[in-house]
Amino acid sequence: MQSDLNVILPEIILSLYAMLALLGAVYTTKDKAASLIVWMTAAVMVILGVWLLVYGDAGDRTAFFGMFIDDGFARFSKVVILFSAAAVLVMGQEYMLRRGMLRFEYPLLVALAVVGMMVMVSAGDLMTLYMGLELQSLSLYVMASIRRDSAKATEAGLKYFVLGALSSGLLLYGASLVYGFSGTTLFSGIILAAGDGQVSLGLLFGLVFIISGLAFKVSAVPFHMWTPDVYEGAPTPVTAFFATAPKVAAMGLFARVMFDAFGGVIGDWQQIVALLSLLSMFLGAFAAISQTNIKRLMAYSSIAHMGYALMGLAAGTVVGVQAMLIYMAIYVTMNIGVFAFILTMERDGQPVVDIASLNLYSRVQPGRAFAVLLLMFSLAGVPPLIGFFAKLWVLRAAVDANLGWLAVAGVLASAIAAFYYLRIVFYMYFGKEGAVLETGRSPVLWTMLMASAAIMLIGIVNLFGIEAAAEAAAMTLVN
Amino acid sequence: MIGLEHYLTVAAALFVIGIFGTFLNRKNVIILLMSIELILLSVNINLVAFSSFLGDLAGQVFTLFVLTVAAAEAAIGLAILVCFFRSRGSIAVEDVNVMKG
Repeated sequence: MQSDLNVILPEIILSLYAMLALLGAVYTTKDKAASLIVWMTAAVMVILGVWLLVYGDAGDRTAFFGMFIDDGFARFSKVVILFSAAAVLVMGQEYMLRRGMLRFEYPLLVALAVVGMMVMVSAGDLMTLYMGLELQSLSLYVMASIRRDSAKATEAGLKYFVLGALSSGLLLYGASLVYGFSGTTLFSGIILAAGDGQVSLGLLFGLVFIISGLAFKVSAVPFHMWTPDVYEGAPTPVTAFFATAPKVAAMGLFARVMFDAFGGVIGDWQQIVALLSLLSMFLGAFAAISQTNIKRLMAYSSIAHMGYALMGLAAGTVVGVQAMLIYMAIYVTMNIGVFAFILTMERDGQPVVDIASLNLYSRVQPGRAFAVLLLMFSLAGVPPLIGFFAKLWVLRAAVDANLGWLAVAGVLASAIAAFYYLRIVFYMYFGKEGAVLETGRSPVLWTMLMASAAIMLIGIVNLFGIEAAAEAAAMTLVN
Repeated sequence: MIGLEHYLTVAAALFVIGIFGTFLNRKNVIILLMSIELILLSVNINLVAFSSFLGDLAGQVFTLFVLTVAAAEAAIGLAILVCFFRSRGSIAVEDVNVMKG
């Protein structure tokens, strides 16, 4: 029992912190100390992340009879989730404060969502999977509509809630079928029941339902409908959060279920995941072309990027999972930089999200414009930047796994997607004369933007050693 | 004699009704919430039927978790719906259209 609790210590600390801070804030300062709570929450998450990074390597451990798995894969994902959530939390603080929507519940909802994500990537049982997923989703529904007097934000929350709950229902129906036809909810038992290459029809149905539920959560086509509307309607700091940590957690959970529970029947899910990947890459590339709202554009961009991450998963090999982890880490870094910039975009104190407002931005702020240029090139996958290496990794994994057609499609889609990233750069450097965009003086956002752009350049030396870490993590998942 | 198949058929029927309820419904958001509840209940029937068929308690434990989460989910859904009604003055599905996607 004691050893079980040791395994889930980071989750216990974070959830205790969230509940105590909630009680403390309710009975004392309410919203007055909201900024302080934001910084405290970010500090707690960074400390936990550093702790997992430095002292976390205690081998592969399981707790509660295999229901909770703490291995290299889980730790890698948790570190990415904790750091990105902390960064996004700190980024949004000033934006929310100035517009009077910084409530003390917001950082604590982020903390609870992060607990849910940490449980998701460590799930070893259908019940842990469901509880982690719901803790994350319920927090995210509330966050999407946290600006409750805004018609757009409540509509975003409502759409996200209805489609999210529907996807949970699909996933759960699949889970019930898998339980019925394998006789256990433990992943280690399911892999035995499905292991000998023969899958019963019931188990196959369960697998398909689980994949569609998870595809909703990673916003893969054809289950992506909620993404653009929720990204557009939710307040920008919340959108920045949606685009980073939950995506990592959902991809982590996807890989966890596919390999830990259905690792013996890769042939049965490989084609489905490859199809999801293909559709996501192309829809993300084509639908973003006509967007004028930069938040909607980033939504389609995230759909396309999820397609590439799924390509790594579809390979079904150690290299594939390694490529997926590298891709997610780089994707999150790029998105933090881009959203740090979007959060500063304003005119007369009002936030603007129109791409055309970037006209000739490079004349006003050459430094920031250059940072955004680097990030856009990296998102598009232009060679010297690390976004290119992320794509190279997944493409190589796909080719190695005899999915050459998927790799070719990926290259084509990235060429199409380059159009809308480059269009942003075009507006900034060669646009029309017009009202100039203001970008505030927030030091936090400036640092995040510049740091993220610098990583795009400096990272090409050795990707900060992330390759070896991701390989070690992938080895613990794929046997 | 009522066997496992009968329970599974009922659950599958409820599940399909729930799915169609969310997609075909053009009137009221409350009906969407009811459809989602129906889906979760069909899952519960499935789990309990399998649990009793297999003689394994895990399925019933799962059911209790699902019930608890479904209650929390309904609470949050209704809260969001109340906020939506305050800002729009309507809960018709057709009025959920400020953003089109």
